[in-house]
Amino acid sequence: MEQQTGTFAVKKGLAQMLKGGVIMDVVTPEHARIAEDAGAVAVMALERVPADIRASGGVARMSDPELIIQIKQAVSIPVMAKCRIGHFVEAQILESLEIDYIDESEVLTPADESHHINKHAFKVPFVCGCRNIGEALRRIGEGAAMIRTKGEAGTGDVVEAVRHARTVLGEIRRLQNMPEEELMTFAKENGAPYELVLETRQLGRLPVVNFAAGGIATPADAALMMQLGVDGVFVGSGIFKSGDPARRAAAIVKATTHFRDAHILAEVSRNLGEPMVGRQISSIPQGELIAGRGW
Amino acid sequence: MRIGVLALQGDFIEHITTLKRIGVEASEVRLPGQLEGLNGLIIPGGESTTIGKLAVAYNLMEPLRAFARERAIWGTCAGAIFLSKDAHRDQPLLGVMDIVVERNAFGRQIFSFEVDLPAPYLKPVDPSGRPYHAVFIRAPLIEAVSGSAQVLDQLPDGRIVSALQGRLLATSFHPELTADDRYHRYFVELAR
Repeated sequence: MEQQTGTFAVKKGLAQMLKGGVIMDVVTPEHARIAEDAGAVAVMALERVPADIRASGGVARMSDPELIIQIKQAVSIPVMAKCRIGHFVEAQILESLEIDYIDESEVLTPADESHHINKHAFKVPFVCGCRNIGEALRRIGEGAAMIRTKGEAGTGDVVEAVRHARTVLGEIRRLQNMPEEELMTFAKENGAPYELVLETRQLGRLPVVNFAAGGIATPADAALMMQLGVDGVFVGSGIFKSGDPARRAAAIVKATTHFRDAHILAEVSRNLGEPMVGRQISSIPQGELIAGRGW
Repeated sequence: MRIGVLALQGDFIEHITTLKRIGVEASEVRLPGQLEGLNGLIIPGGESTTIGKLAVAYNLMEPLRAFARERAIWGTCAGAIFLSKDAHRDQPLLGVMDIVVERNAFGRQIFSFEVDLPAPYLKPVDPSGRPYHAVFIRAPLIEAVSGSAQVLDQLPDGRIVSALQGRLLATSFHPELTADDRYHRYFVELAR
């Protein structure tokens, strides 16, 4: 057999290699090196962390390719980058830059209010956000090789990440206990592809790796998400908006590995300096919430 | 027979699932005490820099080197890098196998690939001799073997993708990502 590239197995496979790890948002090559030294499994290269996108308002787009190239050169771990929902040309550009993973992300301003990118058309793998099982399975149906629960990015408030993880994992548990004749209606009600509903039920988990994102700011937050049952965590603003990013980053990495060991969690949580200030989600006007983006 | 899987980071659950499917007891190893009573250890795929840093932070380096002197260890991808003597980069390595590796040797993720390998040494666990379908993800190459290390698999162009040294096994690819459990059965025999 000839060598085959860009297969779903290798796209999904890279996400499997990231499991049990922390993917960190970085805005400079220097940040990227700090993240790698702290033990990050990958970095997300972007111009502004979500907290700053939220603060500055305006249209948020794909980052400058120059910045992405510099960050790629700074580290040996995988580099991810974000494109806008539905903006398949930004995705083509990121693929040409040989980025390792594309995040079709609600954190950026959507380019299409009805459609996501056909991710099967790319050799580069995609990760997409979800709030529930229907959204997760639609993204996988479009070719996403990795899923992350959305949370509410740039807030430092973990409550939405918990809500989305509990929703997805709870729906999977319900699916497993459901009589067969109810599965088609489940697919219909959740807007989920039927075959993927069957596969999820049989596996007892999403068919691809599922990380948590959006609001994780402390080692305890990361361990909480791991104990709830996700495969790993994205930390966006939580590291580089804190008082001592290198120390906090290393602590979150350790907490993600030893997520069930309260003694180690206590040890790594000591003397981390100021966490990001954060913004309570209940204080944010509905129109400024970003997790609702995605169709 | 009990095999541990280093569970600091990476796809350790995939290894554990495969081991259980072939009837072998498997356990997660995150701290040195969890190495006790194991017949062998698998170091999974993942990020070798992350695995190395966590191994240093939790005092696993010397216990793992001692384990390698007496018992079987198999490293897949990041695990193979971690077993090597040299990865051309400043990162923690066990250095227990006489192999030199080049990380990300095939380029970035879009060049990750699947290919069939002849794998004739799997015949003792499966006489059919059918090829082994291997999945390579941002894979390392084994640039050179020395000492008592020997080459197991090569790509058609001669590049080395697995090596064996006594009871230490290094593969650039990921048998834990496929349904074919011959590689795990091969390792269990090595650990016996």
